Amino acid sequence: MNSSSGKSYMSTASSSVLWKAGGDVVADQFPAGLRVLLVDDDPTCLMILEKMLKACQYNVTKCNRAETALSMLRENRNGFDIVISDVHMPDMDGFKLLEHIGLEMDLPVIMMSADDGKNVVMKGVTHGACDYLIKPVRIEALKNIWQHVVRKRKNEWKDFEQSGSVEEGDRQPKQSEDADYSSSANEGNWKSSKRRKDDEDENDERDDTSTLKKPRVVWSVELHQQFVAAVNQLGIEKAVPKKILELMNVPGLTRENVASHLQKYRLYLRRLSGVSQHPSNLNNSFMNPQDATFGPLDLQALAATGQLPAQSLATLQAAGLGRSTAKSGIPMPLIDQRNIFSFENPKLRFGEAQQQHVSNNKQTNLLHGIPTTMEPKQLAGLHHTAQSMGNMNMPVLSHGSQSSQNNPLLMQMAQPQARGQMLNDSTVGLASRLLSPRGQSMLSNGMATNVSTRNGVPENIRAPSYNPVSQTSSMLNFPMNHTSELPGNSFPLVSTPGISSLAPKVASQEDVNSEIKGSVGFMPSYDIFNDLNQHKPQNWELQNVGMMFNSSQHSNSLQGNLDHTQSILVQQGFLSGQNRNSTVISKAMFSAGDSTGHVNAQNSNQHLNSLLDNTVRVKSERVADAAPANLYPDHFGQEDLMSAFLKQQDIIAPAENNDFDFDGYSIDNIPV
Amino acid sequence: MESKHVHEQIAAMRQSFFNEEVLNENFSQLEQLEGKDNPNFVEEVFTMYLRDSIAFLETIEEAMKTIPIDSIKMDSILHQLKGSSASVGANKVLKEVNKTRQVLGKGNLERTKASILELRKEYDSFKAKLEPYFQLKQANSVAQEK
Repeated sequence: MNSSSGKSYMSTASSSVLWKAGGDVVADQFPAGLRVLLVDDDPTCLMILEKMLKACQYNVTKCNRAETALSMLRENRNGFDIVISDVHMPDMDGFKLLEHIGLEMDLPVIMMSADDGKNVVMKGVTHGACDYLIKPVRIEALKNIWQHVVRKRKNEWKDFEQSGSVEEGDRQPKQSEDADYSSSANEGNWKSSKRRKDDEDENDERDDTSTLKKPRVVWSVELHQQFVAAVNQLGIEKAVPKKILELMNVPGLTRENVASHLQKYRLYLRRLSGVSQHPSNLNNSFMNPQDATFGPLDLQALAATGQLPAQSLATLQAAGLGRSTAKSGIPMPLIDQRNIFSFENPKLRFGEAQQQHVSNNKQTNLLHGIPTTMEPKQLAGLHHTAQSMGNMNMPVLSHGSQSSQNNPLLMQMAQPQARGQMLNDSTVGLASRLLSPRGQSMLSNGMATNVSTRNGVPENIRAPSYNPVSQTSSMLNFPMNHTSELPGNSFPLVSTPGISSLAPKVASQEDVNSEIKGSVGFMPSYDIFNDLNQHKPQNWELQNVGMMFNSSQHSNSLQGNLDHTQSILVQQGFLSGQNRNSTVISKAMFSAGDSTGHVNAQNSNQHLNSLLDNTVRVKSERVADAAPANLYPDHFGQEDLMSAFLKQQDIIAPAENNDFDFDGYSIDNIPV
Repeated sequence: MESKHVHEQIAAMRQSFFNEEVLNENFSQLEQLEGKDNPNFVEEVFTMYLRDSIAFLETIEEAMKTIPIDSIKMDSILHQLKGSSASVGANKVLKEVNKTRQVLGKGNLERTKASILELRKEYDSFKAKLEPYFQLKQANSVAQEK
């Protein structure tokens, strides 16, 4: 079996062929030589696992950072057969990595963690992990991981065959098609220029394709943008792969690729809006192909950062991140967040001031086109935003700047949080709101801007944004730092008090962070979210969709953000679900004193209530006083979430949110 | 024989770890991974573990000093410590880690502090027990090579 992880395409091809051959050739060798990519930030575990895998006669490549792993995979997509990753990593959430891999490379991924909580395991399932191992991992558990590789290949093969028969008209004989595909694929993703592989890779690809695997299309940001543009042009309801393919007019792209991508996209949208409505609208508006300035890594980092709420942005900026701070910095991330919807923006997110401007503008424009009221689109937008926010959080960590502090928070929070629909909804709402011109300057201006925005679009904010806001708020709760950024810039969240407060707080992010930390310190809230997430399978779905979508976006950060956002939102959603609970949770989150913020949450997530119940109990007392003044009972989930979220944000930026409908939470009250 | 005596001593030490539940079966797993080509694998792992975990503990102890405490960060570190402790088979340390996480989760500051002290104690004790064991092993293997 080839030893190198992918350098030698020949060996790779041969091994692939061997495996693909269905076993007769490799039977005696397989699963020896299985190429495993091991990702874990803990050196002790990494060492032990590597040893164990080697003892199983696998070909092991280890790395201690998710970013490294991802770039390794991107550079050498066919160099690995399976990925084993830890859930808990400092630079990137394991689930985010999982999403990326799933969307971009479609490799089987096994998650592992010392956590055996049902929630986390469920998260693994919903994010598409093919297995979940609890640490300490026993060698016996590793002995059979090859089954996931075989299973996946088998499925791919089946799909391939099926699609092949369906698309007979579209395709030429497999061999030639593959050849075409491979070559065009090379050109294609070619756009994102993931790899500069030459023919060798193509051959490899061809081999895989023809025998067992479908050619893997990398949905670069550009490609995805084209895709979304095509979908929007056709209208999501009418978008059929064939037509999309025609519109896209990308050589080498097959109807099948488009079909599967469309499927993921649809799921993603559905998640965003909570209903499969016209997500495409949202995408349209948000798709501002601004980015592209970021390199892949940058993208991730930036995107992640960019997606982070204003706070994060601020934090990052403060931390000295050059990029985002370019201009106000804040506007950018916000924009990015919005752009997240479009997936293209991840790059934009951070650091590219100009781009952001542009994107901002564009977004703004788009916003105009988008109804301000909460609509599925908005929801989707919010979702995106939320996601981006979430993503932002992630990257923030990687930056290691101050945000890192926040990040852990974020990450922690984001992880356990289910991405649920709530998140999406809120994101959407927020996003739409954000689109309104104000968003851009929101962050920088902080409250002021937010306020104005809010004032500017009270209606929007109220009803529709309300939900999203609350959701966002909840999301933001965790990454206080991040959230502020969100509201300020891109999200309509701005309208929500919570968010805006966060945004302006950029400067005081540290404070906020600490506050948040303090509040977050409560494990319960943290746990609550976890619990909540668990209970909300839908959320998971949403997250997954988002994730899938994100992956296709090709912007890691985006995905990350989305995930985060989603998770955060979901969390929020959970919180808001319960009147009492949500309040509690919100409180827990911030440990903020005001319950008002929570109130919003309450309304939004009725379903969350159930979840919250258990967790919330702890905090009920605290929250009890929360006055659901601002909650709009009518708005569920997202809106509430948003409002709750926003409220929380308000807390972060105390005093400033007073104008808003939402009662601000005062983070200061965080008791630890 | 000297080496035999030392050998027995090493075996006895090892057994005592299991008896006292300082180590659990994961340790045996590691031992199984050891082979001719990497005879010091277990020791290497432990060296790494001890080094990383002390850093974790110190970070935690520092974090406890800030007000309000950054529970999220602490839990994150404890989570990592849990994973590595479990993987090397440091049984008692693992138990303390879990306890600390629980208490931290409940938000009880005082009890968390106390629990962290316990954890630290357990870690120090663990280190004090395992280091001589490995040293003896190392000395013995060298002696045997002669």
